Amino acid sequence: MINTLNVEAESIEKYLRLDRLPHIFCSGCGIGPAMGCFLRAIDHAQIDPDKVAVISGIGCSGRVAGYIKLDSFHTTHGRAIPFATGLKLANPELNVVVFSGDGDLIAIGGNHLIHAARRNITMTVICINNFNYGMTGGQVGPTSSLEARTTTTPYGNFEPPFNLPYLVSASGATYVARWTVLHIRQLQKSIAEAMNKPGFSFIEVISPCPVVYGRLNKKPQGLDDMRYYQEKSVIRNDADPKDADIELNGPIVVGKFVDIERPTLGERLNKVVEKAKEKTKV
Amino acid sequence: MTKNPTPIRELFVSGDVACAEGAISAGCRFFAGYPITPATEIAERMSERLPQVGGVYIQMEDELASMNAVLGASWAGVKAMTATSGPGFSLMMENLGLGAMLETPCVLVNIQRAGPSTGLPTLVAQQDMMQARWGSHGDYEIIALSPSSPQEIFDFTILAFDLSEKYRVPVLVMSDEAVGHMSEKVVIPPIPAESLYQRRRPKVAPEKYLPYKPDTDLVPPMAVAGEGYHFHVTGLTHDERGYPVMTAEAQDNLVRRLVDKIRLNSKAIIKYQETQVEDADIVVCAYGITTRIARFAVQMARDEGIRAGLLQLITVWPFAEERIRELSSQAKAFVVPEINYGQIVLEVERCVGGRAETIPVPHMGGDVHSPETILSAIREAAK
Repeated sequence: MINTLNVEAESIEKYLRLDRLPHIFCSGCGIGPAMGCFLRAIDHAQIDPDKVAVISGIGCSGRVAGYIKLDSFHTTHGRAIPFATGLKLANPELNVVVFSGDGDLIAIGGNHLIHAARRNITMTVICINNFNYGMTGGQVGPTSSLEARTTTTPYGNFEPPFNLPYLVSASGATYVARWTVLHIRQLQKSIAEAMNKPGFSFIEVISPCPVVYGRLNKKPQGLDDMRYYQEKSVIRNDADPKDADIELNGPIVVGKFVDIERPTLGERLNKVVEKAKEKTKV
Repeated sequence: MTKNPTPIRELFVSGDVACAEGAISAGCRFFAGYPITPATEIAERMSERLPQVGGVYIQMEDELASMNAVLGASWAGVKAMTATSGPGFSLMMENLGLGAMLETPCVLVNIQRAGPSTGLPTLVAQQDMMQARWGSHGDYEIIALSPSSPQEIFDFTILAFDLSEKYRVPVLVMSDEAVGHMSEKVVIPPIPAESLYQRRRPKVAPEKYLPYKPDTDLVPPMAVAGEGYHFHVTGLTHDERGYPVMTAEAQDNLVRRLVDKIRLNSKAIIKYQETQVEDADIVVCAYGITTRIARFAVQMARDEGIRAGLLQLITVWPFAEERIRELSSQAKAFVVPEINYGQIVLEVERCVGGRAETIPVPHMGGDVHSPETILSAIREAAK
């Protein structure tokens, strides 16, 4: 058992900037385990690490790019996806992964997210959803559950949240999955599948934020959320994303919801180049 | 007889189209933008031309995304640009700052229209000149060029790419609606690839590479994604490794270098053109479309026996401080016509430092100055 763990640790270490550790994540935070799944997935999916580019926005999850020893970009708030779009279009050989949080990708970056899904550009978006703005101390966000307490909803949240798998699948994503950080094996497998799949892939990772969101919503320890995930998550692969709403303390539908084929932006662009070159031939 | 494979081409096109052609000649192979009057024709031309040369044109969801996609493309090693006007320019400020911070070569064209806000979408102004210099938050230096004709916007767009690659900084082409929409003859010479400046690549092995360790000119060599360098870059204050460091010392080291790499190289960067300045008592200092009216006014003044001259600022930022200081010991007055309520005139006044008079000739926009307006300011100054 100990040997197995060492092998796992080693497989991750080569992808980490060890000189940047310790990391900034709080005790009980789910970002670390999700990052571990991503790094192991690179190995398992047999992806050339030299061709991987990791792009993050701003926030706790936005710090992930800074710990990964691959070409990594820590950009501005909400803009990881358009930055990644430029990288991918300019060098289609890159395996582009956006790793960021719900506030970054869904609120300030929400428009970029739906347009990237619509274009079906080949990239993998890993969205850590901890239901609030952790880095700034726990404010309400577009994923916070109704009635949830945050530092800016002292009387309970009065805005309904987005259902992320529903939003991105309706926008055109060809791979959509949701896991909690309890579902380590499934999450790792999903990330590997997504990174090897042409088109726009989106993986929502439900993650504890015990220090702020948890503390205000009666789950002050990381383990409280893990227990909640164990008791209330239901694996339903191929579930209709519209049935995947999450209510405060309610059940969490997890699984791979969408895995379909649709021409990618890159494929369509190649045809444009062919047409343009044809036209200029005399 | 030897056959010339790429003969000189002559086009009769608008400034916007000439700008796009300049970009293609400069080796630009990526354009991300969003439609906006009066810059749309640049996007339209690029959408036609880029696929012909194997490049990528993409219309993004807004100008925030456009500027970011341009930065991303540049980090993939491709020369990239965008073009916009006032409202879009405001949105691009956020990631112009990221471009300055990450030291990303790229070109941003602003075909200026009158503001504030939506203003006069179809009509000329030069009101974003200070925004060009100070528009994104924080301290940084930027390079901005200002063309006065379709030929110049072609030439200066190439120059913009060269400067951005050389100094690893976003370069702005601060044009205006009049230049963007006027059609004139544009000569497109063959431009051999070796005459264009390409960003310096790292010469060390990946494990020894420090993304922000500068050379003696303060510009660090640049690796691009996908080549195995495994570098990290961040919009946070960072050290030579590219790692975030939250200290006053790191801030001092970084910001001082970001500013100094332009300031200390400004002699090599700054370009201007002088007409009849040698003996001038009155120096008219102009840029962009206003240069052409100023040139006319200077000639009218000469015809009346007033010793007037024209200083055209090609590089508006960094500012031609030294030259204006020199001229201020010779000239009696500086006349500064611009299509705004006084922006660049403040810089001229600062450099003149009270040694001569500085006379603003503001014009609010919607159309250009009349030569007579500038002439009467010259006459007044000559009294």
